[in-house]
Formats: sequence, structure tokens, C-alpha cells
Amino acid sequence: MKVSIPSALHSYTSKKSEASASGKTLAEVMQDLDRQFPGMRFRIIDEQDQIRPHIKIFVNREQVRGLDVALKATDEIAIVQAFSGG
Amino acid sequence: MAKQKKNSKKSKPKKSAKATKAGKAGKSAKDVLVTVGTRKGLFVLRSNAKRKKWALTGPHFLGNIVYHAVLDPRDHKTLMVASSAGHLGPTVFRSTDMGKTWKESERPPAYPKAGKGETGRVLNHVFWLTPGHASEKDVWYAGVSPQGLFRTSDGGKTWDEVKGFNDHKDRVKWTGGDQDQTPDGGKLHSVIVDPRDKNHLYLGMSAGGVCESTDRGETWKTLNKGLERTFQADDPDVGHDPHCIAIHPENPDRLYMQNHCGIYRIDRPSDTWVRIGKSMPKKIGDIGFPVTVHPRDPETAWVFPMDGTEVWPRTSIEGKPAVYRTSNGGKSWDRQDKGLPREQAWFTVKRQAMAADACDAVGVYFGTTSGEVWTSNNEGKSWSCIAAHLPHIYAIEAATR
Repeated sequence: MKVSIPSALHSYTSKKSEASASGKTLAEVMQDLDRQFPGMRFRIIDEQDQIRPHIKIFVNREQVRGLDVALKATDEIAIVQAFSGG
Repeated sequence: MAKQKKNSKKSKPKKSAKATKAGKAGKSAKDVLVTVGTRKGLFVLRSNAKRKKWALTGPHFLGNIVYHAVLDPRDHKTLMVASSAGHLGPTVFRSTDMGKTWKESERPPAYPKAGKGETGRVLNHVFWLTPGHASEKDVWYAGVSPQGLFRTSDGGKTWDEVKGFNDHKDRVKWTGGDQDQTPDGGKLHSVIVDPRDKNHLYLGMSAGGVCESTDRGETWKTLNKGLERTFQADDPDVGHDPHCIAIHPENPDRLYMQNHCGIYRIDRPSDTWVRIGKSMPKKIGDIGFPVTVHPRDPETAWVFPMDGTEVWPRTSIEGKPAVYRTSNGGKSWDRQDKGLPREQAWFTVKRQAMAADACDAVGVYFGTTSGEVWTSNNEGKSWSCIAAHLPHIYAIEAATR
């Protein structure tokens, strides 16, 4: 499935704003992204498997708040990072 | 892993420090390298042993907070950087080609995942980096926020908890807990490895006090005796706030500390800190963040006093910045402000933002939150600004090679 990658993570994806990943759940997709782009997962998911503050993940344009979301191969995922603060 | 591209834009060297008679600089040192960690990236200043002209390069990691950047004194080429970007999680980068290329840690410091129904700790940022003992060339220590200690044994590729500290039964008592901290998070800082003994470690916690281990981090005991506190809790190990601790490299029994409640010294095996800041001028006081030591003379150390009155402005006192130096172990202090602004200069110098090199005469450096790097190539007798208009400076380290 397609995953939209925010610019703050483009150093991991060779500047690509979109990646392809697979998995039956969001947790599996995140693992697949980390396999392809080592280190990326920890920048957006903390060690307690929580989505970090000011990072949002959308599935088919609806925000999800945890990694235990079931996914279909046709789903579209967007990882969004806020730019806030000085 | 993320790869950072080379960024070696050279800035024109800033106005150089004036030559001095005192500067029979660096009998053996060839180059001096000053790393400048800022809120928006890493900069590097380079000079030769005379330290008259400086070249500024960077930024590396533009837009990322660089909490600390340290050149490994064991190989003089590995540069370790503690970084985080915006709202992304924390990580550690290392370079062995002076920043031309960077490798991210494959497993950066992270607390363990909590068991079901338990609340786990979340690491906010890596705050402090310390190279391990000279006999352990791939070992580094990392102090993190909230207060925790990590170690790598493979040169920064992977990091593990020092469980003897992180799981210590009294850690929460010492620190007050992860939610009860300074505005940008509690810090574990001043990780010190005794140059005589790889098993002998010290650390400071702000807040939390001083701890010591003699078994490479397996067990810890507090080392707070003699330190004053703003609130005298019944438990003598509650309420301490060391801001920065420095060990003397040639007399490792001597440590200096800039504490929330003054400047201290300890001479081991004594277990009691002595407040040497009482000999500072009364109108200056002994509040501040950094302390740095002379590389050869254990009697000499420098501090940057700050306004600690009422609401604690934490700026230079009366807007007149000055470094203070002791050359007798704290019995007396000399004001060193020649070349610094005379008025309306409200510097704040953070705990990692002051350093000394190993040249002869010693170079002393400090960075301000307003983005200036000041240096003296004559042990503080006079000062020059060697970089300005940088982002808010978090950390300064000086290395000679």
C-alpha cells in the first residue's frame, strides 16, 4: 500500500515523499517501513509503541491513534508531522 | 538508516583574536577543533595551535537540535552527535571523516517496552555524550532526558541501558520522577569516567544529585554530602541539583561542580563537597551552569556566573558578562572580562557550553544562547568573539589533535 512520508523523514527515503509497504496492521506496515528505511520507525513511534506527540497517522484520510489498526492492501496511509515551535 | 549529506559550506573566518605574548601555543597540538551544538544544527570551528584565526563550517543537521557533539579523544576522528529534530524521536549520529558523512545509530538509546498494564518510560532526548575509558575504545556513555544512562560497546551502533542505574530503586526518589522536572526535561549529565579506572563512574542529575559507581554501573551510591539545597527535605538525598561536574584529568581525585546552590569542590576519597563559591565577590555570587577545568593545573577552573536572584534571570549579572577563574582551588576568584561587552549584554551560557582546550596557553571557550562563541587563547586574560549570529548554543567542546 502507498504511504505518504513527511519531509522531515526524507533523509531516510532518499527524498522520496511516497513509499510502498505491506502489512495486515499498521504495526506491520511500520515494521516494513523500518526494514526498508532503518531507524525511521523510532523517529515517529516511541519505545512504548505510541505515536509520538505532534505526529499524526491517517488511513484513508482518517486519523488513527494506535498501531493495532487492520489494513487492506488498497488502503492509503499518510504520516504527517507538525512543524511548530520556533 | 538516515544518511546526512555532506555539508561543508565554509564561512569566512571571523575577526581573529589578537596575538598575545602569552600564547606559546600548543607544543604538540597541531589543530584545535571546537564543536558547537545549537538548537538548529552543528557547527565546527577550526584553528591551528596559535588560535588566532578560525574557520567556521556547517551547519550539519540543519534544523535539528544538537544537544552535544564530542570528538573522541582516543582516535581523534570519531565525532558523536546527540540529535533530535522537531517532533521526531531522538537519535545519535557518528562520523569518522569529520562530518563529510554521517551514520545513524542502528539502535539509539531507548527505554524498554513496558509490560502489559505497566507504564513505560519514553526517552525524550539524548543530552550528554562521554567517551569511555581509554582502554575501551568503542565504549561511550549517554546521559538522557528523562534521567537515564546508556552505554554503547560498538562505537555507537547500538546502545543499551545501564540497568544498574536506570532500574535503581531510588532513582525516582532522587529525581522526583519524570513528570517533576525542569521545563525542557530532567537531565542526566556530566557522565565521568575516572581516567585511572574504567569501573569508576560519576554522573550528575538535574534534578537528582550526584551518583558514583565503582563497578562500571552495576551499583550506585549518592555523593551529595556537603551540598546545599533550596529546600531541606528530611531525606538528605532529595532535592539536589548539580548543574555541571568536571573531573581534573591529571588529578582525578579532584572534581569541581557548578551546582544550583553554588560552586563546589571535592577531593576524594573525601565524600564531602566543599562550597568554594563563597569566596566569589558577594555582588556576583556563585550561581551558574557551566564549569570547566584547566587540563594540567588542578588548582585552576573557570565558571560563568549568572544572575540567580528572585526569578533567576540566568543572564550575565547586570548585563556585564564575565568569566571567573580560580587558580588556587577556589580560595579566591579573578574576574576575566577583557574584550567582553561592558554593558547591555545579557548572555546566558548553558551547562555544556563552556570548554577548555589542551594547548599551552590554554584556550577557553563559551557559547551563548544568543549564538555567539567567545574564546580566549590566553587562559581567560582576554576574549574575542569568533562566531556570531549562530542559533541558540547548547554545547561547546574543544579538542586538540
